[in-house]
Amino acid sequence: MSVTREEILRIAELAKLHFEEEELDAFTVQFQRILDYIEKLRAVPIEGVEDAAHVPASAGPAGRMLREDRVTPSLAVGEALGNAPDSGRGHFKVPKVI
Amino acid sequence: MPAQAAGRAQALSIDSAYRIREAVHRRDRSARETAAAALARIEKADRVLRAFLTVEPERVLARADAVDRLVAQGGAPLPLAGVPVAVKDNICTRGLRTSCGSKILANFIPPYDATVIARLERAGAVVLGKTNCDEFAMGSSTENSAFQTTHNPYDLDRVPGGSSGGSAVAVAAGMCPLALGSETGGSVRQPASFCGILGLKPTYGRVSRYGLVAFASSLDAVGPMANDARDMALILSVIAGHDPADATSSAVPVPDYLAELQLPVKGMRLGIPREYFGPGLDPAVREIVEAAFRNASALGCEIEEVSLPHAEYAIADYYIIAPAEASSNLARYDAVRYGYRVPDARDLADMYRRSRREGFGAEVKRRIMIGTFALSSGYYEAYYGRAMKVRRLIQEDFRRVFASVDALLAPVSPTPAFRIGEKVDDPLAMYLSDIFTVTANLVGIPAISIPCGNTPEGLPVGLQIMGNHFAEAAILRLAHAYLQACPVARPPLQA
Repeated sequence: MSVTREEILRIAELAKLHFEEEELDAFTVQFQRILDYIEKLRAVPIEGVEDAAHVPASAGPAGRMLREDRVTPSLAVGEALGNAPDSGRGHFKVPKVI
Repeated sequence: MPAQAAGRAQALSIDSAYRIREAVHRRDRSARETAAAALARIEKADRVLRAFLTVEPERVLARADAVDRLVAQGGAPLPLAGVPVAVKDNICTRGLRTSCGSKILANFIPPYDATVIARLERAGAVVLGKTNCDEFAMGSSTENSAFQTTHNPYDLDRVPGGSSGGSAVAVAAGMCPLALGSETGGSVRQPASFCGILGLKPTYGRVSRYGLVAFASSLDAVGPMANDARDMALILSVIAGHDPADATSSAVPVPDYLAELQLPVKGMRLGIPREYFGPGLDPAVREIVEAAFRNASALGCEIEEVSLPHAEYAIADYYIIAPAEASSNLARYDAVRYGYRVPDARDLADMYRRSRREGFGAEVKRRIMIGTFALSSGYYEAYYGRAMKVRRLIQEDFRRVFASVDALLAPVSPTPAFRIGEKVDDPLAMYLSDIFTVTANLVGIPAISIPCGNTPEGLPVGLQIMGNHFAEAAILRLAHAYLQACPVARPPLQA
């Protein structure tokens, strides 16, 4: 399928990525080439085929094991805020939301 | 330093992990002098090779001293006593910068260790430093790192492979005997192949992913790199095993990989997928790999041709699933809790968009976009939905094949190491170089790359051995037997 500039802008908005005007054309060309290659999959007959499990079979029963519902220590607040670009009074700080 | 001491210093760091740990336990050498030798080798060779992003010598020596104190106290032997290990920079190391090769995490200092790091250190290993990689492990050449280009140690104009290029070079260039890399589509096997060393992708769930920065959660694996099968068995036995912190880690018992290494390989049934020998394969690679098949046969293995009917769809399948999962995993880089934030954001939305725009490189953005597209309303069924069904078909191909053979033999890469800059502007060409490796990630099976020859230009070529789920012991055994019978001389190092 052919992807339009508007389509690219829509996807960029979903992904919270921003492209400048001059980048869009080159990006659209590369994106289209990759999309064209992926179209290959259309040739595969998939009627009646189940999805692959989201976690490969090798993860085994342990992948679905539950632990006891017991609270254990986690990161201290200071550690959790250690890489915060901005923080204050034990919270992450961001620009005004409303 | 005087020539003799320098020679000994060099010999110390390039010795095998197995011999280092034996010597440290016997007190023939200390962890400190081993670490110092590794640091000296990095100091000398890494100006040119640029494998490492972060090395903190004080931290390394302090850690080595701690290991020496532990050894002096006696007590249970440490499986990796004093062994220096390089760690790919997408694996979290507490207190040590972990950038994932990205500007967006240029100053990120993890508050915790990945489980694999905790296990290595409990075993007495010394983390040497963090190695260069393609940004967020997205790439096949290490050229997508935001910081520096790593060079192939046998030809400085060529790539080391990727995305675990730095780790491969650290081992190949004698900076340390072991390294950790990670795989999503071949990022340990391919650089191992380009650098003439061993690289293993374990079974999905065999090694904990806790602390491995997520790219594609159903494909990612931590993978060790080493110079020989015994060292590989050693590090795997330390890092493998169930981890309560990783809900996808497996409780299947871990065999004694070292003990099983010596078991015979005669009679192993090996399959060669006919679909892998089409036109894209470099003639020198084909010749070397076909000779390797004859060598395997001479070991007493039974070789037969097999078919993987959906082989041609693996790349397209991977390049929908991996970006889709990545688009979800990389949504966390929103400049709120960690990572780069633009200094003058107008509002929240502006902060998200511009931080991600400035922090992510081109390939990462490309993959996030493809993934977002494939998962978006109106396209989900046609792309991601379809890809998940094709993934099932590819898995079925392997289930069928493993009913009649014990392992598969194949090339690792269609070409040897390519030139720096050659493919970086052609994303699709770069993707196609993963053609033999992505399948093991899609299916979840273990696979190893071992050196099996050099091209006439002096570039290493790897042989891939793929096994059934949890068959690491079998593929290591075959790797060991093969390398004992057919050792390959490495080309001369350029640094």
